Amino acid sequence: MSQETLLTLSVVILFLPLLSFVLLIFFNKRLPKQGDWLGTGIAFVALALAIVVFFTKLTQFPNETIQASAEWVSFGNVPGIGQLTLDLGIMLDNMAAVMLVVVMLVSSLVHLFSIGYMHGDVRYGRYFSYLGIFTFSMLGIVITNNFWMMYVFWELVGLSSYLLIGHWFEKKSASDASKKAFIVNRVGDIGFFTGIMILYATFHTFSFDSIFGTMQSGTIPFGSETWLTAAGILIFCGAIGKSAQFPLHVWLPDAMEGPTPVSALIHAATMVAAGVYMVARTFAMMTGDALMFIAYIGAITAFIAATIAIAQNDIKKVLAYSTVSQLGYMVMGLGVGAYSAGFFHLTTHAMFKAGLFLGSGSVIHAMHHALHHAGDHHTDPQDIRNMGGLKSKMPVTYWTFLIYTLAISGVPLTSGFLSKDEILAGSLAYGSLTGHYLIPIIGFFVAGLTAFYMFRLLILTFWGEHKDHHRLEAIHESPRTMTIPLIVFAVLSFFAFYSFNPFGATDGWFMNAVPRPVSSVPATTAAAGIEEFNEALHYSHTSAMLLSLLVAGTGILVAFATYYWKKISADNIATTLAPVHKFFLNKWYFDELYQATFVKGTDGIAAAYRWFDEKIIDGIVNGTARWTKAVTLGTKNNWEEGNIGAIIYLVVSGVISIYAGWVTGNAIWPEEITVLLAIWNGLIALGVAGLTFFLFYVGVGGFDNRIVDGMVNLTAYAAGFFGLLTRKVQTGKVQTYIAWVLLGVMVFFLWFR
Amino acid sequence: MQEFLNWLKTPGLTHFLIVSGILFSLGVFAVLTRRNAIMVLMGIELILNAANINFIAFSRYSTGTLDGQVIAIFVIILAAAEAAIALAIVLNIYQNFNTVNVDEFNRLRD
Amino acid sequence: MDLFTIIFYAFALLALGAGSVVVFSKNIVHAAFALLFAFFAVAGLYVLLMADFLAITQLLIYVGGILVLVIFGVMLTNTVISVDVKTGTVQSMPAVLLSAALAGMLVGMFWSTDWKVTTQQTLPEATGNELGTMLLTSYVLPFEIASVVLLVALVGAAMIARREKKA
Repeated sequence: MSQETLLTLSVVILFLPLLSFVLLIFFNKRLPKQGDWLGTGIAFVALALAIVVFFTKLTQFPNETIQASAEWVSFGNVPGIGQLTLDLGIMLDNMAAVMLVVVMLVSSLVHLFSIGYMHGDVRYGRYFSYLGIFTFSMLGIVITNNFWMMYVFWELVGLSSYLLIGHWFEKKSASDASKKAFIVNRVGDIGFFTGIMILYATFHTFSFDSIFGTMQSGTIPFGSETWLTAAGILIFCGAIGKSAQFPLHVWLPDAMEGPTPVSALIHAATMVAAGVYMVARTFAMMTGDALMFIAYIGAITAFIAATIAIAQNDIKKVLAYSTVSQLGYMVMGLGVGAYSAGFFHLTTHAMFKAGLFLGSGSVIHAMHHALHHAGDHHTDPQDIRNMGGLKSKMPVTYWTFLIYTLAISGVPLTSGFLSKDEILAGSLAYGSLTGHYLIPIIGFFVAGLTAFYMFRLLILTFWGEHKDHHRLEAIHESPRTMTIPLIVFAVLSFFAFYSFNPFGATDGWFMNAVPRPVSSVPATTAAAGIEEFNEALHYSHTSAMLLSLLVAGTGILVAFATYYWKKISADNIATTLAPVHKFFLNKWYFDELYQATFVKGTDGIAAAYRWFDEKIIDGIVNGTARWTKAVTLGTKNNWEEGNIGAIIYLVVSGVISIYAGWVTGNAIWPEEITVLLAIWNGLIALGVAGLTFFLFYVGVGGFDNRIVDGMVNLTAYAAGFFGLLTRKVQTGKVQTYIAWVLLGVMVFFLWFR
Repeated sequence: MQEFLNWLKTPGLTHFLIVSGILFSLGVFAVLTRRNAIMVLMGIELILNAANINFIAFSRYSTGTLDGQVIAIFVIILAAAEAAIALAIVLNIYQNFNTVNVDEFNRLRD
Repeated sequence: MDLFTIIFYAFALLALGAGSVVVFSKNIVHAAFALLFAFFAVAGLYVLLMADFLAITQLLIYVGGILVLVIFGVMLTNTVISVDVKTGTVQSMPAVLLSAALAGMLVGMFWSTDWKVTTQQTLPEATGNELGTMLLTSYVLPFEIASVVLLVALVGAAMIARREKKA
C-alpha cells in the first residue's frame, strides 16, 4: 500500500462520521429504527479502515511522517506579511495512526452501546447524528498538520460536546451543563488562539512542520525566549480547557448530565483526549519553563481531582473526577518529558475509562429499570449508597468493571500499570534532574488515592448487601449490545496488547512507535534532552515501580479495610475530619468561587454597559428624536394656524406696494423717460392699485373661498371621478399593484425588443 | 440537438444569466403571492441575488473588469439596509396589528 | 464534463431547488432554511465566476446577517409552537401566469441575445485587493453614500422596531 493510499484512507475515515451525521440529521425520522444501524455501521467501517491504516503505517512506514497539503485560500500578497495562504493538510505519523484507532474504537463501541442504552429516547436519531459529528471533529484534530485546521476542529469538538451534553436539554441541569462546558472551554481557547497568533506573527505559516523547522534554525517569536515560553503556555491553555485541567476543570463533572455513553466518548477518546493530544503535537515547541508549568498544572489537577473523587457518592461523579485526575497524570507526564508515557497513558486510559463509563452506564440502566419497575421515583439510580450486591445479578458488568478498576489502580498485568508506571518513573527522573521532587511525590500520592477511591466504588457498587431485596430481584444484566463493548474494552485493558513484558513498556512496540520528538527550541531554554532524561529514567525505573506497587497496594488495602471488612469506619473519619470532608465533597468550592468572582463580575460589567446604553446612548438618540419632533411640531402648528402665511403675505404685499409707489413717482417726472415707459408704469401702478384694492376691500377670504377652494374642489372632483373609473383595479393590495407594474415592465420589454 | 447538448456541456455567460433569470422569476412569484410580509421579503432577497449573479457574470465574461463586482457589493450593502428596515417595519406592524399578512393591514396608524 | 461544469450544475440546481422551496413551501420556517441553501448556492456560483471576495461577503452578510434577521422576524412574528406557521397565498393563478411569462421572456432574451463575450480570463485570482482599491478610488463617492445609508438605516430600524409604550 502506498503512502498516497494511506492518506486517502485517512481522509475517508475522517469524512465517514460526517457522512453519518449528514444522513442522520436530515433523514433519521425516515429511516427504519431511526438510522441507529446506519450510524453504527458507518462507525464500524471507519474503525476497520482505521485498523488497516494503523497496521500498514506501523509495519510498512514505521519511521516516516506522511503528509500532504493543498492550498485552500490565497489572499495574495498582503502588506506586512507577504504571500498569505491557508493550506488544508493532513498528516499521518504513528501517533495519529494510534489515535485514529483509539478514537474510532471507542466511538464505534459507544455507538453500539447506545443502541441499548438510549433505546426509546425522544431524540434517538438525532443523538446518533451528534455522535457522528463528534467523532468527525475529533478525527480532524488527530490527522491535521497545521494549527488553524486544528483550531477549527477544536471548536467543532466544543460545539458537538455542547450538543451532546445538552442532549436532554429539557432538564435545566443538562442545558446548564452544556453551556458551562461550552463557555469554560472558550476561556481556554482564547489562550490557544492567542498562542497560535503569536506563532503566526513570527512564522507566517500554520503548519507544524514549518514552524518547528524554522524554530530549529533559531527563529523564535519576536526574538525573545520569554515570548516563546508564553506562546507555549498560551497554547497549553487550550488543553487546560479541553482536557479539564486546573483551573478550568469545573465543566467536566457537570458534563455528566449528558447520556452516559456520551460521557464515555467525551472522557475516553474524544474531547478531553484532544487537549493531551494537542500538547503532544506541539511538544517540540515547548521550552523547559513551559514544560515545567505544564507538569505542575497536571500534578495539581491530579491531586485536586483525586481528593474530590474520594468524597463523591454519585457513581458518574467519581468517574468524572477520576478522569480529571488521570488527565492530570497525562499532562504531568508530558510536562516532565515522559512524552511517550503520557501518550501511552492516554491510550490505555481511553480503553479502561471508556469501559468504566459504559459499565457505570450499564449499572445505571439496570438500577433505573429496577426503580422504575418498583414505581420508585425518589431513589437516585446513580448514588452508590443505594447500590451494593450487584455482583451476582450483573456478572458481565461486574467482571469487566473489576478489570477496569484493577487497570486504573495500576495493578500489574494490566495496561494501566504499564502506563502509570512509566509516567511515575518519568516524574521521578524529572525530580532527580531538576530538583522538583514535589511532582513525583504528588504523583505517587495520587496513585494511592486512585486505587483507594476506585476500589471504594467497586466495593460499594458490586459487593456487600443490597439494601432492598425486591429491588435487587428486579435488576438484570444489560442487553448484548451493551455487554459486548464492555468485554472488548476489558480485553484491551490487558498488558499484552501494548508490551509483551508485563513489568515494563519501554521495550513494547507502543513506546517505540511514538518516540519523544526532538525539541526545536533553543538549547538554552529547552528541558533536559532525551539522552539525559533516559539516563535518569533508567535509574529511577525500578524504584518507581516498587513505590507505585506499594502505594497502589496500600490504597486497595485501605479501601477493603474501610468498606469491605469495615475495620475502619468511614463515617467516623468523615466526622472527625468534617471540614476537610466537606471541602472535598463540595469540590474545593471551585464553582462557588467562580460564581462569586467571574459570573458576578460579568454581571456587574453587563449592568454597567446596560446603564450606559440606556442612559447615555438612548438618551442621545431619544434627545435627537425629541428635538426634531419639537421643531417639526412647532413649524406645523404655525402654518396651520395661518400665522406664518399671514406674515409672509403681508411682507410680500408691502414690498409690492412700495415698488408700485416708487415706479409711479418716477412716472410723474416725464423729462427723463419716454412716454411709452410712462404709460407702462401707469398701467402697472393701476394694476397694483387695483390689486391692492381687491385684496384689501374685497377681502382675502372671498378670494380664498371662491377661487382657491373652487380650484381645489374641482381637482378633487376630477380625481374622484377618475378614481371611480379606475376603482376596479384598485384593490388596495400592494401585491396587485406590483403585478400591474410587472405587466407594464413586460409590455415595455416586448415594445422595445 | 447535438448542438444543444454541447451548449449544455460548456457553461458560459448565458447559463449564469438563465439561472439568474429563473431565480428572479421565483422571487417575483413569492413577492406576488405570499401573504406573509416576511415571505415577501425573502422573495425580494432572491430577486437581489439574481441581479447580483447577472452583475458578476457580466463582470467575468463580458467586461473583464471588476466594476460589476463593485456594483454587486453595493447591492449587498443596500440589501442589508433594506432587510433591517423592512424587518423593523414588519415588527412594528406586528405589534400594532398583530398580523404580518400584507393584505390585512391597510392603515398607516391604528 | 469537466469539474467546472459539474460544480456549476450542482450549484445552479441547488440554487433553483432551494429557491423553489422558498417560494412554494407553505411552512415559513422551512422557507427560511431553504433560503439559507439558496444563498449558499449563489455564493458557490460567485466562486465559479471568479468573485471570491463576493462569495465570502455573500456568506457573511446574507447567510450570517440577513438570514438571521429574517429568522428573527419569523420567530418574533409567529408563535411557532402554538399557532401554525403556515402562510397563505393570494392571487395564485395570475401570479403563476405572470411569473412564468416573465421567466420565459427573460430566458428567451438571454438565450437569443448575442452577448459580447471575452473568452480569456482577465480577472485576478484574488479580487479582494483590487476591489478594495476600486472602492476607495473610483467608487469612493458611492462608497461613502452607502455608508451613510447604512448608518441611517440602522438608526431608523432601531427607532422603528423599538417597543414604544402607548402614550
